[in-house]
Amino acid sequence: MNMSEKEEEVRIGVFVCSCGSNIGGLIDVKEVAEYAKSLPNVVFTEDNLYTCSETGLAQIKKGVTEHNLNRVVVASCTPRTHEPLFRDCIKDVGLNEYLFQFVNIRDQCTWVHMKHPKEAFEKAKEVIRMGVAKAAKLEALENIVVDATPTAIVIGGGVAGMTAALSLANQGFETHLVEKANELGGKLNIINKLFPTSQDASELLASLKRRVENNPNLTVYTSAKVKEIEGFVGNYEIKVEQGGNSTDLSIGVIVVAVGASLLTPTGKFGYDGNIRITQYELENKLKNNEINAKNIVMIQCVGARNDERKYCSNVCCMTALKNSLLIKEKNPDANITILFRDLYTPGTYYEEYYRRAREAGVIFLSYKLEKEPVVEENNIKVFNEYIGEEMSIPYDLLVLSTPLIANDDNKELAQMLKVPLEENNFFLEAHVKLRPMDFATDGVFICGAAKWPVDITESITQGYAAAGRASTIISHDTIEVEGATSFLPEYNKDLCTGCEVCITVCPYKAISKNEDDEIEIIQVLCKGCGVCGATCTNHAIVIRHFTDEQILSEIYAFGGI
Amino acid sequence: MVDNSKSVLIIGAGIAGIQAALDLGDMGIKVHLIEKNPVIGGKMAQLDKTFPTLDCSICILAPKLSECYRHPNINLYTLSEVQKIDGSSGDFTVEVLKRARYVKEDACTNCGDCASICPVRGVPNYFDANLKNMAAAYIPFPSAVPPVHIIDKNSCVYLNYGICGLCATNCGAEAIDFTQKDEILEFENVGCIIVAPGYGLMEDVSPLTSYGYGKFKNVVTALEFERLICASGPLEGHLKRLSDGKDPKKIAFLQCIGSRSDRDKKYCSSICCMYTTKAAMISYEHNNDLESYVFYIDMRAGGKGFQNFLRRGAEEYNIKYIKSKISHIDVDEEGSPIITYEDYDTAEIKQMTVDLAVLATCIIPSQGIEKLAEVLGIELNKYKFIKTNPFLPVETSVEGIFTCGCAREPMDIPRSVAEASGAAARAAEVIKGG
Repeated sequence: MNMSEKEEEVRIGVFVCSCGSNIGGLIDVKEVAEYAKSLPNVVFTEDNLYTCSETGLAQIKKGVTEHNLNRVVVASCTPRTHEPLFRDCIKDVGLNEYLFQFVNIRDQCTWVHMKHPKEAFEKAKEVIRMGVAKAAKLEALENIVVDATPTAIVIGGGVAGMTAALSLANQGFETHLVEKANELGGKLNIINKLFPTSQDASELLASLKRRVENNPNLTVYTSAKVKEIEGFVGNYEIKVEQGGNSTDLSIGVIVVAVGASLLTPTGKFGYDGNIRITQYELENKLKNNEINAKNIVMIQCVGARNDERKYCSNVCCMTALKNSLLIKEKNPDANITILFRDLYTPGTYYEEYYRRAREAGVIFLSYKLEKEPVVEENNIKVFNEYIGEEMSIPYDLLVLSTPLIANDDNKELAQMLKVPLEENNFFLEAHVKLRPMDFATDGVFICGAAKWPVDITESITQGYAAAGRASTIISHDTIEVEGATSFLPEYNKDLCTGCEVCITVCPYKAISKNEDDEIEIIQVLCKGCGVCGATCTNHAIVIRHFTDEQILSEIYAFGGI
Repeated sequence: MVDNSKSVLIIGAGIAGIQAALDLGDMGIKVHLIEKNPVIGGKMAQLDKTFPTLDCSICILAPKLSECYRHPNINLYTLSEVQKIDGSSGDFTVEVLKRARYVKEDACTNCGDCASICPVRGVPNYFDANLKNMAAAYIPFPSAVPPVHIIDKNSCVYLNYGICGLCATNCGAEAIDFTQKDEILEFENVGCIIVAPGYGLMEDVSPLTSYGYGKFKNVVTALEFERLICASGPLEGHLKRLSDGKDPKKIAFLQCIGSRSDRDKKYCSSICCMYTTKAAMISYEHNNDLESYVFYIDMRAGGKGFQNFLRRGAEEYNIKYIKSKISHIDVDEEGSPIITYEDYDTAEIKQMTVDLAVLATCIIPSQGIEKLAEVLGIELNKYKFIKTNPFLPVETSVEGIFTCGCAREPMDIPRSVAEASGAAARAAEVIKGG
């Protein structure tokens, strides 16, 4: 920052949003805007129906130009969804994007204090006062621009991974596909036929493998494992180990497609792997033409949708229907009963498939979680609500529909990638609604059953989707990352005692010691989370955009000091 | 690497079309985004909140609308429909009819003076499920993109009788232009096309008479309910009965209306179990004394976090789920709906009187899909959704024409977004791979 900038008069504009009636319905935004006018350095205020609308953005730009604003405060919703929009807006009129301050008067005022409008109104004024105080101290920052390597790695060579790798390779990117088993295909290797077409899974697998093997942009590593991941978006250094050899790869983007595992229901419903088996064991028997049972019972939601594992595994109902139809085709006289809780066949073709199974004579009986079926030697006892009685159904083959579960080694990979898992140890995406294929970590993407149980169709869709998202990054020569990072300023170097606490706590491995034994923070790795600054025993580390001075100014403004 | 002479043309600017456009734009590929309505955002813009995170729908969508509007690689055409295509994958020529808006897009400041002065009132606003009226000069919702008003050709007095013109004389930006004509735009060098026209609703094509819809004021559809509980909707989020303005204390949500039925659509509409639970939760947040009853056949909640969402509904939001089949709806003397149903748990025919009944109506193919399919030469399946192969989920029957979202099957927002990114990837393969 040079002297002339430092001496520049601070001119703040405050824009207060009604958010329709989300804010304006509870508190008087005009009065809030009027109050903001009385704050130090504020030269212009305005209220808008929706500050984020194109009209609202035009108002901000007009305000900046007409009133010579050099700081902008928007009091509205959350930076999580809207900060990039407002930053871009002030950038359009020539202001540095970091001269923008967000104040959340919706989530933090009118939403949480919905029943106390007076207090919400007072709090809105206070948080705006704090935001304005911080805005006055904001400094211009530059984003960091780095080169991007136009290559991709796909971890996991099942149907999702192969699809993603093929799409990236077809877009012209050098792509590496890493599979831990000794051959590609994942679950396609154990599935017999595919719903809803009854096509052989092996046919789809063969076609995918052929395309993968013939693609000049694709390199496949089987019996291989990703050992080390260093670096950041556009610039990953990845070590792949294969049979004792290791290969170092320079990679731009990473796609996680490690799939899911099967649950063996040991100790449940008399499971014995012989006449009481899982759907996947049944698939194998059907492949080998080994089924000649006359009375077959299937139980859905075994080990799912209960207290131990709350989720629905998505694919089991369709798998049960498929296998029932296959058995019925061969032996129309077989009696098949499916004991279910809620039959999951959403959409057009799956519901049609359900009807086909009913028409083929498959019997469907519902049971409740509180009254699970009881498996006896040759019979299954199940209470049917509809007839209000316990029924006894004879069986010579019992098939248990168990859920897909998260892989045991997800944790290890998640740590290497610095991405989160959810409560069932599936990978957790950036936003379940609008960023289904992204991780919060830039440059890492997710698809297939590693994220959540999905069938083959959806795995293919997601494989393409992850490829599409990944391509948005490596289609460019450079990448811009956030400039609000932490650093050790020259004038603070003496304060650093070399204790290395910051190195230990940094979740992004952005801090290390250089050859002179001095702390070095790799700017492009730093996410500006502030953990290093907060733990630094001597206050040597400074977080840009969240400096002590900036944060203290907010606290002073709040306390009225 | 990117051949800039080739573009991708996307039909439909709902969440699916928007995501595909943004992904392609971000890859450096030129996109023409064609939307038949005056504004973009599709059905998602009309929703109050979204499951299972209860994010405010327009709040998470609005940044994407803006991004689309300002993206240097995306050209947006509203009030536009594809009329003709020629050529083949890698090199299509597309003819688009752009209807007159009667407002200059580059001049309008969206101040709303035209709407305030317009003497024509009572034009139903489709965006508010026709529950609110507007003037002949309007914008469907305040944060709409593009931020430009429109003049309704059918109800404008000037356009029909040559008198009035008050909006034009009062527009400070001189943006009103009654001389605008429908025009034909021709796009050449279109490498591929993505078809994402979204979906229609059962109530658009069926009177739903056995449920008393249209006859009883306190029987509303799910989309109407979205608008009624939405803070920016016609009731500003204060949920009331449409018959007498009273606060409902007991609401029935009826599932599978027009779907999973031999009488109507045989298929499952996929999203209703979840949005119903969401709607019941939001209603409870408005009024903690509220009781909600969900009449369902199967609760279909397979997505991430969905089972937890249902549990929360039952445990924290006073939602009771009744496995049942609806017979019909009557009303009592106060206009309160009486639901007659078969309770699956007891196999009895029962009745329940509620203050308000909400119909989870079936998602159907979008209006005009048959004509569009004919223009594009793509096949539809027997349900009139766009035909795809389960193992080539974003491909239509014509090479170089892809699809995503509810145009091919009922699906929720995350799946539509994923398919859109998938369709974008397939399109990028054509553009970049040649």
